[in-house]
Amino acid sequence: MKNNQKYSSVEDLPEASVASVSTVYIKTGSWRVYRPEIDKEKCIKCFICWRCCPDISIGIDEEGYPKINYDYCKGCGICSHECPNEAIKMKREGK
Amino acid sequence: MNRAGIPIEEYVCSGHSACPGCGALLVLRYVLKVLGKNTIVTSPACCFTAIAGMFPDTCMEVPLLYNAFETTAASASGIEAALKIKGKKDNTHVVAFAGDGGTADIGLQAISGALEDGHNIIYVCYDNEAYMNTGIQSSSLTPMGATTTTNPIGKEAGWKITPKKNMMDILVAHNIKYAATVNPSYPIDFVKKVEKAKATKGFSYIHAYSVCPTGWRYQPELGLEMGRLATETGAFPLYEVENGKYNITYKKKTKNVLEYYKLQGRFRHLSEDFINDVQAYIDQEWQKLILKEECSKK
Repeated sequence: MKNNQKYSSVEDLPEASVASVSTVYIKTGSWRVYRPEIDKEKCIKCFICWRCCPDISIGIDEEGYPKINYDYCKGCGICSHECPNEAIKMKREGK
Repeated sequence: MNRAGIPIEEYVCSGHSACPGCGALLVLRYVLKVLGKNTIVTSPACCFTAIAGMFPDTCMEVPLLYNAFETTAASASGIEAALKIKGKKDNTHVVAFAGDGGTADIGLQAISGALEDGHNIIYVCYDNEAYMNTGIQSSSLTPMGATTTTNPIGKEAGWKITPKKNMMDILVAHNIKYAATVNPSYPIDFVKKVEKAKATKGFSYIHAYSVCPTGWRYQPELGLEMGRLATETGAFPLYEVENGKYNITYKKKTKNVLEYYKLQGRFRHLSEDFINDVQAYIDQEWQKLILKEECSKK
């Protein structure tokens, strides 16, 4: 009986389902209605937008400006609202 | 390395299925940024179970264990005990990450037990003030005046008329080593408090304010604004309790609660009289908190 045996390694444990695929293949950008756009002239590189993004879709580009990854951005608009210099504008998708 | 005042490393990846503007994700993201990659997270049935992805997907870059609703703290205690036997506890952090229902209603006895046993874990409650995952049912952390699907608006007051349970005081009564309230709208304060919890040898509790645009019925871009209003009006005071000593970390209670309530659809039905009652309750709790802080200094 397995119950009476002493477990000596991980292999002896009962099998359990283990999630192993990263969600990065799910492009949540398709949920978006409004699209944030960064005005580089106004941007002061404070990275508050990066800090407050719940979708972790703001990175950094070669020039050191924040860069939005439209594959994952769900268009919540927090970055635009929090930007201290109003450098991010929300524009309707498809227009 | 830090950027904009918080650590740069990410342990949650994109592609998760949180609603746009979700507060719970920000809470987890900030907590893991501080704790680093040697962390094991355990989570009950809550919004986060759905957020992390459907099997076999996961948005986490650290191990995550799902458990039953009432067993978050019990499961974290088990992981901690196993790590101790393996001799790996010193550099591994165990985080229990539960919603408000799994903390204050269903999981309360497990936290009480784990705390009494003195397990060295970090319990993070992300408080979105109702059972949001299953469709906005009222929990004991739902604030006064809010309407939910189990507290519908009727001819008489159908909404929740009782105030929120004070989880912090319940845990302080257990002689907790470190307990703090945090708010993602104040990320630097958030990071500092999690660092203190990380350094604590023993049970530490983080009560995180977590906005929910879906359940609270407001525009998602106002998420962090909402957090600031909650703290500035005193509806969600920021403070910490270290070995029974209170310390209020944000003291500017400057605004009327109406400013916070009027932005959210869940409070739309409230009369002026009821909002005055809410204000009176919040003022009373704030006074109590100030007295507690003064007593701690003596």
